[in-house]
Amino acid sequence: MSRKPFYIVVALLMFIGIGLSVHRHIQYEVPFTPGEQRAVWEVEAQVRLEAGGGPVIVELAVPISQQGYRLLGEHTASSGYGLTFVETADSRVARWSIRAAQGSQHLYYSASFLVAPGEPRAEIPPPPLRQDRLWQSPFDTAAEAVLTRAYQRSADPYTLASELIRELTGPTQGENARLLLTQYDLTELLVRMLNQAGVPARQISGLMLEDGRRRQNLTTWLQVYKGDEWAIFDPASGRQGKPERLLLWHAGDAPVLQVEGGRRSTVSFAMIRQLQSASESIAQRPADASLLGLSIHSLPLEEQSLFRTILLIPIGALIVVMLRILVGIKTSGTFMPVLIALAFIQTTLLTGLIGFLLVVMTGLVIRNYLSHLNLLLVARVSAVIITVIAIISVFSVVSYRFGLNAGLTITFFPMIILSWTIERMSILWEEEGPREVLIQGGGSLLTAVIAYLAMTNPWIRHITFNFLGVQFILMALILLLGNYTGYRLLELRRFKPMVRR
Amino acid sequence: MWARPSELRSRHVIGMNRRNIHFIARYNRRSLFPLVDDKLKTKLLAHEHGVTSPELIGTITSQFEVRRVAGLVREHAGFVIKPAKGSGGKGILVIEDHAQGIYRKPSGATLSIEDLERDVSNILSGLYSLAGSPDVAMIESLIRFDDRFADYTYEGVPDIRVIVFRGYPVMAMIRLSTAASDGKANLHQGAVGVGLDIATGRALFAVQFDRPVEVHPDTGRKLDKLEIPDWHGLLRLAAACYEMTGLGYIGADLVIDKNHGPMLLELNARPGLAIQMANGEGLGGRLELVESQPEGVDVDARVAFSVAHFGRL
Repeated sequence: MSRKPFYIVVALLMFIGIGLSVHRHIQYEVPFTPGEQRAVWEVEAQVRLEAGGGPVIVELAVPISQQGYRLLGEHTASSGYGLTFVETADSRVARWSIRAAQGSQHLYYSASFLVAPGEPRAEIPPPPLRQDRLWQSPFDTAAEAVLTRAYQRSADPYTLASELIRELTGPTQGENARLLLTQYDLTELLVRMLNQAGVPARQISGLMLEDGRRRQNLTTWLQVYKGDEWAIFDPASGRQGKPERLLLWHAGDAPVLQVEGGRRSTVSFAMIRQLQSASESIAQRPADASLLGLSIHSLPLEEQSLFRTILLIPIGALIVVMLRILVGIKTSGTFMPVLIALAFIQTTLLTGLIGFLLVVMTGLVIRNYLSHLNLLLVARVSAVIITVIAIISVFSVVSYRFGLNAGLTITFFPMIILSWTIERMSILWEEEGPREVLIQGGGSLLTAVIAYLAMTNPWIRHITFNFLGVQFILMALILLLGNYTGYRLLELRRFKPMVRR
Repeated sequence: MWARPSELRSRHVIGMNRRNIHFIARYNRRSLFPLVDDKLKTKLLAHEHGVTSPELIGTITSQFEVRRVAGLVREHAGFVIKPAKGSGGKGILVIEDHAQGIYRKPSGATLSIEDLERDVSNILSGLYSLAGSPDVAMIESLIRFDDRFADYTYEGVPDIRVIVFRGYPVMAMIRLSTAASDGKANLHQGAVGVGLDIATGRALFAVQFDRPVEVHPDTGRKLDKLEIPDWHGLLRLAAACYEMTGLGYIGADLVIDKNHGPMLLELNARPGLAIQMANGEGLGGRLELVESQPEGVDVDARVAFSVAHFGRL
């Protein structure tokens, strides 16, 4: 059997891969190394609505440069819609319009923000003071009581805001506060009471930036003015100051999204953080239609952030192939370590390792009991799945109770895969003893950690995300490794006694 | 601590990758694997081809037949109940003799007919089979192993593994269970592997946990005096497994019965590499020599070739 066709295929894949990468490097000036890095957040708002058949106008508030973030550029995608940007004193709005539209509509707005700590804070004029709104009885006396208490304990607008929040949400929350909250939304109530005390304030919407998140919503914050200055408060905790990761989206009184001529409109946000070299401007280039210019950057952001992970999976697979074929490490489940490594990316390494060990060890104990029940396999694994979900829920609740927010990321573990891991390890324990469980469990974790380190390496992330041609090269390498008939590293040790004689 | 690849190559040691690509993938057709993964199929096939194997007393294929067990074994003093697709010796029940509904295991423990029926029922529900698929229970007559092995083994039956490549017996070892291996004959669980000379069936070299040993760790018996009776009959039996299955690279597990001589216990389409350690020699050289032989040679000629070329004493 000739191996020639095989090597031709491998050479072809290599050639295509290298060719595509070099083409992209030269034609689009994408550097091979991440170089000097700067962090850029790509934020995308996706508006969905059901158009009724007639004219449709969609107004979406859009953000501006602000403290910490500089707006680099914006794109919209909305086939057939006309687009204008409207600026008012306190907000900026993207307005899409169309004469007739029917059915489900998707409109995209995306903006890239450079992380720029030196950027001055946005000049947002104070809102008009509205003291004309009347309270209904009995809310008037309740509001009066709460406000008086807070006013006495405060010295200026900021301390007044803090005190009000404490009165309304803190552990000392009184009868009056509870009554008010049955009628009014918390932030709305705060604005109203501050206004009543002569302090200009407004609700403000912001987006918490978290890498790779999709389907996020805006969160509501309280903006309080003291003369020309202003400060931001978290209405839930009363904490003053803008969190570093908060991107202020919209400050006006109008809602973020307004739609005429459609119904069931929603807006959701997706974001990814990219490291760009200072000279690079891939993301800002208009998408190229030619086949060779294919790049992930032409996709909507939501899919881009998905692909950023998907394109790393071949790297994980390559590492598994190398560790098994070249080194001879035993793992439990061939590609289970890659999925665990993907979970580690979300949880960070240490939390992930601790979480994995806790879940698997607790699972093994419970699975050990299940094996006494002599159940059929499918029922047993299903029982283990439910057990794993229960363990994960308990750990999340307990760690949250102890203030360890990192514990919540345990939900990123692939639960079905974990259940199978527990099942396999348990059978291994019964058949081969605990030593083999340690060997295979340790091998799996070691593989997962190496895969994690590779998949989080900035250079590897840069290359896989920006050069699709690399996938062909990975394919060729894996094919070549599948053809390797030499010794595994660990076999050199295993067969050592044969040499000694 | 570590051997150099060149040292291993010069001793013709083959590694997992080479075994998988060069021998298993090339000489074992995937479609033939079920013949050896199901012990019942192997047994029926062996019967067709005149390859001796422990007598099949009966099979039980469905739960309502479970009550037939007592009737099936009535005429047989000793018998073994095993799952057709089991692995690692799980679910195997050995009964040495029985009278008035009391069944005695080799350890002396006694069981009732209900205990037997429960084991059969568990086998049928797939408790011991790979991936938990429904299985068949086989009842075989008990192997009475040759007394000459009594000092060489702890509890279990010693079995002889012969690597058969394209019908040629290329390498052999006997696996002796130990206390460490819990009476099982699996080398990685601590059984002693003794390499056997292909020409004579005499012991060459012994290993436990991949390291050389001189005596059996439990009985203290020196291993270099071990010799297999009716060695040529055993080689012929192993070689015949090629025609029987069509698989080019197999590990044949055989036992020597006191009354019936060599018998085929089961076949393995993915035999391990530890046999190289027990023989102190790699498989590579012998496999290459066999690879250069023409197809269509009969069993006796193949055994004669192996004896002539692979003898080491």
